[in-house]
Amino acid sequence: MTSATCSSALPLAADLDAATRSSPSALFVYLLRLGDNALMLGHRLSEWCGHAPVLEEDLALANMGLDLIGQARSFLTYAGEVEAKGRDEDALAYLREAGEYRNVLLVELPRGDFAFTMVRQLLYAGLTQRLFEALTSSRDSTLAGIAAKGAKELAYHVRHAAEWTIRLGDGSAESHRRTQLALDQLWPYTGEMLEIDEVERTLIEQHIAVDPSQLRPGWEQALADVIEEATLQRPTQTFMHAGGRVGRHSEHLGHLLSELQYLQRTYPGAKW
Amino acid sequence: MTETSWPLWEVFIRTRNGGPHRHVGSLHAVDATMALHHARDAYARRGEGVSIWVVLSAAITASDPGDRDLLFEPAATKIYRHPTFYEVPDDVGHM
Repeated sequence: MTSATCSSALPLAADLDAATRSSPSALFVYLLRLGDNALMLGHRLSEWCGHAPVLEEDLALANMGLDLIGQARSFLTYAGEVEAKGRDEDALAYLREAGEYRNVLLVELPRGDFAFTMVRQLLYAGLTQRLFEALTSSRDSTLAGIAAKGAKELAYHVRHAAEWTIRLGDGSAESHRRTQLALDQLWPYTGEMLEIDEVERTLIEQHIAVDPSQLRPGWEQALADVIEEATLQRPTQTFMHAGGRVGRHSEHLGHLLSELQYLQRTYPGAKW
Repeated sequence: MTETSWPLWEVFIRTRNGGPHRHVGSLHAVDATMALHHARDAYARRGEGVSIWVVLSAAITASDPGDRDLLFEPAATKIYRHPTFYEVPDDVGHM
């Protein structure tokens, strides 16, 4: 995991050499990106357990958090097999340093209020569900299988988040204000989900990964429909944050990891 | 709590084995669509069902427990309403 020293988010020729010549392999990094996204967002959803506005939502958020953690387990287990250095899902989930995680910044942001949580879920699941559906035709059959299971789960996340975004946006003045604020705050973090670098480019050429740019029109249209029905305004800013996918994270990830990793760090090898 | 302002819904689930939708419980939700979502999360987490109905609890007219004798007691003495007075021919087998 040496790419954390990259000074630029732009792909360089040297990165390609590094990716193809030495480990970690492109597939390993790609699986970490997919798995870490699910792991961090699953953890953020789990933070609602016992704190959701109503019992029904408490259950729904915990269910969806567990869906994501299940996806993370599959991706990280497979990543460990691809890496072939004896690391299992637990080693990858619990025993890496912050700079070794490859999730987008979007999923590590603090959970925020309920509107923030729903809008983030809509933005993430909306695109990721499309990505997973496309990945079901991946030439890597293990990846295709994990994606097929996840796509069904995420389809529900999208519907749930969209229904709430519509009700909150088109609800009271307060809920509208908070939902618009959440959308404005989260929008600059969506660009990173559409980025590709040499890791993806290599795998796209091999028909293992999917180019997210081909998913963009459908995702943006579906999102626009929800935003319109929710009487919200689509943000106009074009600046996009990036860096999580190459290990440059916000300060929030360290705090998240201190909780996520606490048990394994304090009691190494602890079992239930 | 906002919860108290959300209407109550009754949840019915048809199991994968077929048969009628059975009452499994109730929950609070802002509207019918969200009630279906909550029902899925609260009552169908373990693959219990293939179909869910939700009905506003307020839309259900229930019998008065105080009318129990009036409604049900008379049936207790009408044992001839049970189909137990027939000889079932052996050739019929299981009924």
